[in-house]
Formats: sequence, structure tokens, C-alpha cells
Amino acid sequence: MTSAALALRRLPRPGADPDARPSLARLTGVELRKMADTRAGFWLLAAIGLGTVAAAVLMAALAEPAHQTLRGMLEVVVLPTAILLPVAGVLLVTAEWGQRTALATFALVPVRGRVLAAKAAAASLASVAAAALCLAAAAAGTAAAAPGVEGAWSLPAAQVGQLALYAVTGTLVGVGFGAVLLASAPAIVALFAVPITWGVVSAVAGIEDVARWADVDRGLAPLLEGPMSAVEWARAGTTLLVWMALPLAAGAWRISRAEIR
Amino acid sequence: MAPRPWPRRPAAPVLGAMIECVGLTKRLGGRTVVEDVTFRCEPGTITGFLGPNGAGKTTTLRMLCGLSRPDAGRATVLGRPFAALPNPGRRVGVLLDAAAQHGGRRGREALAVAARTMGVDPGRVDPLLALVGLDRAAARRRVGRCSLGMRQRLGVAQALLGDPQVLVLDEPANGLDPEGIRWMRELLRDFADRGGTVLLSSHLLAEVELLVDRVVIIAGGRVRAAGGRDELLAGRGTLVRAADEAALAAALAADGLDARRTPGGDLLVDAEPERVGRAARDAGVVLTRLGEARGAGLEQVFFALTRGEAPAPAGARRPVDDLAEAIR
Repeated sequence: MTSAALALRRLPRPGADPDARPSLARLTGVELRKMADTRAGFWLLAAIGLGTVAAAVLMAALAEPAHQTLRGMLEVVVLPTAILLPVAGVLLVTAEWGQRTALATFALVPVRGRVLAAKAAAASLASVAAAALCLAAAAAGTAAAAPGVEGAWSLPAAQVGQLALYAVTGTLVGVGFGAVLLASAPAIVALFAVPITWGVVSAVAGIEDVARWADVDRGLAPLLEGPMSAVEWARAGTTLLVWMALPLAAGAWRISRAEIR
Repeated sequence: MAPRPWPRRPAAPVLGAMIECVGLTKRLGGRTVVEDVTFRCEPGTITGFLGPNGAGKTTTLRMLCGLSRPDAGRATVLGRPFAALPNPGRRVGVLLDAAAQHGGRRGREALAVAARTMGVDPGRVDPLLALVGLDRAAARRRVGRCSLGMRQRLGVAQALLGDPQVLVLDEPANGLDPEGIRWMRELLRDFADRGGTVLLSSHLLAEVELLVDRVVIIAGGRVRAAGGRDELLAGRGTLVRAADEAALAAALAADGLDARRTPGGDLLVDAEPERVGRAARDAGVVLTRLGEARGAGLEQVFFALTRGEAPAPAGARRPVDDLAEAIR
């Protein structure tokens, strides 16, 4: 008997029922961990957190009192989340391909839809946490600035929900782009370039009336501005259908058929 | 679930072989990279899946592990398709490519993530790292800064993490030094002796020859030979070399012995060493080498396949016939 073989026998037992399917909650926890446990992932999330705090500090120190309200703060403080969290969503998927960890991931969880679902759930939870951070930073900034403006602290409950929805959908758009392209650089470029191109082309082509039903900037911005009208909701819905649901579905289809190498 | 006495393995419902590939076929980019590959692995054995680079080894293993969809045929592990295993990491330890780790993740973290995924006690991580010879400093290093040998050990640790019954390892000896290969041999031998099943691939026969007890040789996407290692090696004649090769060849021919030149420069003779020695003595030829061709048989096949000399067998065939043909 060799030492290695002996040591193998003396390892702690792995644990209960070896044929228990890992729950979606467990897989979601794993995906959340994978968002933050690499160098790139850690600094991306750290940049969002630091950027949010920095935005709040700058607003409290430098902004006009009229903008130092909770709502005014929130509009600025949300920017790091709005810009960078979708990138984290992209990387959550594409890193598996770029770094080839998909090989190990799908060898442990061969039903690929479960992995993608766990990634979407992890992206959503991270987004809700980011929205909470934004809210906290904006509140702290407002308290520090004490602008003395009428209604400085007024924030409709609906807007809190819309903030969370904005963050979640934005990140899921990133997940969708990542899943369709399965490569970090093209997916990140597309994430920023395609919606802008869409806006420009639609303006030039004179199809704005139709195009604005799928315009990421104008379609989703109302989520941050306050209670929305039915038309605004409808536009946000169609926009998300085009930019979030469609890529997610196409990506799921692609991943389910992909050769993992 | 009641605790089980160690080292008895939990019994999984198995019908038939632990690993079974039947008629596996894969076409990629209009080329058939794996064609009608059939073999099985039994408990307690270490099977070497051998072939030159590009022979279809990795593609076969990826199909076995549900990472690639076969165009025809089927592969099962523990009697079911890999994807039908509820928690495959606890039954099948897989290492398909040691380089396929996130470069920015620490080695220990990669293992902890895998443990979490399959619901394994995280207390196994550190002892396993020690077992595969990665100390604390190495385990804390980001994988991107680890040598291939270190990644290989990390990958083996990950494969063992779920205390599996089956190991599927693609080129596990790659990047290991001789000491590491010896270590791997002892580890896998013990694993198999306790009833485990190992399937490992290699493009270097010498690297794994002492490690495996069964052999499946693949080249050009097809299985060329399969069987027990010793059975494939047994009775394969004599290797002989002389200062004057022409004289030796003439002496052998005069004695009615078939001889064939090996890539190593020896003559492979289909006879016992004693008879070859006598023939040489009778002709007055000075021998510089004389010995049983143990191992040469496999090497012969391997060399022949590497150089694409093995004929593509048509119709029904016994792998052993191919082997014999490749040698003679």
C-alpha cells in the first residue's frame, strides 16, 4: 500500500446521498461564487461597488442642491451598475468558453439548461444586491448633503421595484448576449454597440416610430424615472423581448447543442 | 442515509459494464473523426485508450461524458447515458483537459467550487490537495501561473473529489515527471483494486504501458486493437540485432524464420530467442542483442498506426487479428 493510496482511503467521506441531484439553489450559489472568485470577476464587482460609492460622494459634495434628492442621487449612482453589471452577466457565460471551464462545469452538471438557469438566477440576485447598494448609497448621499429641498426623500415604492427590475434585466441582457456569442470580447462589444447602432440606423432610416419599441436607452430609461404609463410599460416589454428574451432563448438553444471542448 | 463502513463503495444500480461505448460515430466539419467505436470497461480494471494525436480519443471521451453528441451509437456510464446521472461528479471523476481551468481562479478555489457543485464535504478539499502533492502555496496560486504538471495534479484531485467509482482521464500523464507518473500509477492501481474502473487515454504508449491492464488502440477514428495488455503482448517473438544485419537476415531466412525490421532497428523474429540464437551461431553471426519481444508487439502496432500504415479493416473483424496483421 502506497502513501498516496492510503491517504486517499483516509479522506473525509464526501457526504450524504451521492445520487442527489444538485438543486437549482445550490447551482445558483455556485454561479454567484464564480462571478467573484476570479481576478477579473472580483475587480469588476469591486469597480461597481466603488463606483457607486464614489458617485454618491461626488453627488453629495458637488451637485446642485436640486439634484441632491434621493431620486436625483439614484439616477447618477445607478450608472456603474447599469454599465458594468451587464458585462459581469456576459462574462458569467463567456468565461466558461474563453477559459474552457465549460468542460468541467458540464461534466458536473450535464443538463446544460440547469447551468444557464442557475447563471440567470445568479445574475438576477447580484443585480438585486446592486440595486440595494445603489439605494443605500443614494440615501447616504442624500443624508450627507441634506439639501433642504422639498421632497428630498420622496421615492415612490414602485420606483424601487423598477430600479431592481432595471438592474436585473440589464444584467440578463448581458447573459443573453454572452450566451449567443460565447466569446467575451465580441459579446461585450455587441452589448454596447448593437443598441446604439440600432438607435442611429432607425433615426436615419426614418423608422423611429417602430424602432422605439425596441430602443434600449429610451425603452428602459423610464424604469429609473418614476411611475410609468401603460405605453411606457409596453415599450419596456417589447424592448426586453427583443434584447433580453430573444438572446436568452437563442443562447440557450446554442448552448444546448454546442460541442464542449 | 446511514453511514457506510469505509472502504466499501456505495452500490449504484449497474447493468452491464461500468463504461460502454457502442458504435460511437462522430462527424465534425464533414470529416468522420470517430467511427463505430465500441469497447467496454469492467470494474477493477485500468483501460488505456491509446492512439496517436488526432486519432479520436478526446472526441470519444467527450461523447462518453455528454459533452459532444454522437452522430451514431451510444455511450453509457454505470449503465446510463452520462447526462442521465443525477450527480455525475459523485459517480464519475472526469479530467478531460488539465489546461481547461480559469487562469484567474486559485487552485484551491476551483476545487472548492467543484465540491460545492456536487455537494461534497468541503473538508475533502485540503487533504486531497495534499494527496496530489500540491502544498498550501501551490494551491493558493492562480491557475494561470501553475505549470501543466500542477494543473494535471489539480485536475486529478478534482476528479477524485466526489469519491467516484469511475475515472475518465484524458492524457493524465501529460506534463508529469517520471516521479509523477509513478505516483499516478500507484494511485490508479489502488483505485482499481478497490473495485474502481479507470479509462485513461494517452498518445505515448511507454508512458502508460505499466499503468494499464487493458488496452484499446484507436487510430483514424477506429478501434484497431483491444484486449488485455498481457494478452496483446504475449508470444510476439524475439528481437534480435547483429553487427552485420544482412548476414543475420540471411541466417534467419536459411533457417526458415520470418523476420521483419522494427522502427527501432532490430529484427523481429517469429520464434523463440533460443532458436534465433542457434541460427545465428550456426551461421557465425555475432549478435549485439537478443531478447524476447515483450512490449514490442504493442509498440509495433502503435508505430504502424502512427505512420498510418495500418490498413483500414473492412467488414467484420476481430481486433486481435488487426493487431497480428499490423505486427507481421
